[in-house]
Amino acid sequence: MTTSSFDMDARIAEWRAFLAKHAAFDSDDHDELESHLRDHIDALTQSGLQQDEAFLIATKRLGRLHDVSREYAEVHSQRLWRHLVFSDASGSSGTGWLGYRELLMVMLLALAAALMVKLPELGGWSLTDDSDGWFYARNLTLFAFPFIGIYWVWKRELGGYGVTLVLGTVLVVSLLLNLYPLVPESDTGVLAVLHLPLVLWFIVGVLYTGDYWRSLSRRMDFIRFSGEFAIYYVLIALGGAALTGLTLGLYAFIGYDVEWLAQAWMIPCGAAGAVVVAAFLVEAKQSAIENIAPVLARIFTPLVAFILMVYLLTMLFGAQTFAVQREALILLDLMLVLVLGLVLYSVSSRDTVMPVGVFDYLQLALIIVALIVDLVALVAISDRILSMGLSPNRVAALGENLILFVSLSGYAWFYYQFVTHKRGFYALERWQTGYVPVYALWAAVVVLIFPPLFNFS
Amino acid sequence: MNLSKDLMAASSTPLVLSVIAEGETYGYEIVKRVAELSNGQLEWTDGMLYPLLHRLEQQQLLSSRWRVAEETKRKRKYYRITEQGQKALQQQQQQWQVITQALRQVWGDRNDYQFV
Repeated sequence: MTTSSFDMDARIAEWRAFLAKHAAFDSDDHDELESHLRDHIDALTQSGLQQDEAFLIATKRLGRLHDVSREYAEVHSQRLWRHLVFSDASGSSGTGWLGYRELLMVMLLALAAALMVKLPELGGWSLTDDSDGWFYARNLTLFAFPFIGIYWVWKRELGGYGVTLVLGTVLVVSLLLNLYPLVPESDTGVLAVLHLPLVLWFIVGVLYTGDYWRSLSRRMDFIRFSGEFAIYYVLIALGGAALTGLTLGLYAFIGYDVEWLAQAWMIPCGAAGAVVVAAFLVEAKQSAIENIAPVLARIFTPLVAFILMVYLLTMLFGAQTFAVQREALILLDLMLVLVLGLVLYSVSSRDTVMPVGVFDYLQLALIIVALIVDLVALVAISDRILSMGLSPNRVAALGENLILFVSLSGYAWFYYQFVTHKRGFYALERWQTGYVPVYALWAAVVVLIFPPLFNFS
Repeated sequence: MNLSKDLMAASSTPLVLSVIAEGETYGYEIVKRVAELSNGQLEWTDGMLYPLLHRLEQQQLLSSRWRVAEETKRKRKYYRITEQGQKALQQQQQQWQVITQALRQVWGDRNDYQFV
């Protein structure tokens, strides 16, 4: 029965891998079908067949996998909609104890983040007091950051070095932000508050990669993670808002006003805790469902490209004056950030080996239009700086638009090379992941260096 | 023999339940037993048996457990019939008896030698 050239275990392993491609089978089904296959093969070889023949007949008798999997799907329809929180929580590392341990860890961290928001109240600051609003605005991102940071340190087993990075960041940022004499609603103060999340998110990324931002594939994973995280966070926020509204309404009907509860506890604590929960959910369902961010990117890429193009034409030929006002400039920059997001997700979700398609040309068109819009914005900002002098806001805007310009130029160049088959998609990915630290670095400059540079104005 | 799809669907549940009612067993054995019972005339696509088993298990007519088989040292999923399954099987038996009796009578008048 031991035929020389036929490796039964290897063939069965291949066959199992083929099964695994159908979502309708779970690993128990793989085992059950394999056991059937082996029983049948044993019976066939005992009756005198060669192993390879037995394998062929037994697999054939199991039926066409496509049809069989359709039968399975009908019986187990819920499998196509995976119950991710409880059954897939631990991903590939098995269910049971490990899954619950992770769930417990996530709950503890989320709870800690929620309570952290309330900690300053012991020192006399109050969430609901308007005069303390500026204190909270400066420190808000710092409440949730340590816990999502620790989650990744734990999950990626980064040990003491990772913990040091999290605590060090918290220490440096919180000390500087609170020791800087930042006046409420000063330009440098508002800029710092707006840019801080980007810096912290990059640190989260460094931890997320698990290898301190070394490998390209992990960096790409982080970009994918960020998009999914944003979507999950928004979904949780919507759910939270609905729940808060219902609570308020229910209490109102029996004569209580619990708005204080919502404002002092439900909303702030929920918002902080949800950061950890959203990170956990994205990580847990990573392989279970198709990611949403790239799908949205696909829908909006042509729409945004079209709108930007029309807007550009209107501005060039139809507008009364060419002068771009401050508010228009901010909106334009937001639009460009949106474009950058779309490009980031389209790139991160693209299969690198797929041939050039229509969508790639669309993407290139979007980038080129965005580049022109960015040029318009740059001209407008330089104009304002020349006529009105330097201010923190103008310098920040100039820096951001320059960074965007370089980034988009890089995308345009590598996309052009890609669609003309001069270079593979890999070069584009390398450009994308290589450039991410630049955004974070600039944000760090705005948070840490701008305030003293502009005398905390 | 190729049965029509509808007849296959209708008959496979009582067949499988009856085979499992003979004692705890597993998928490959069931296929073999069905072939044996029908003198090799009934040939299922083996893979299709398992979704049926899972459905019957969902309906709590069967229960299953994983066990390591003594002779092969491999783990197998064994099925056994539940009390509910017994009741369902009885009902099915009554229904099929009504049908086979009716058919036997109407066909038996003309050529009863074909039926034993």
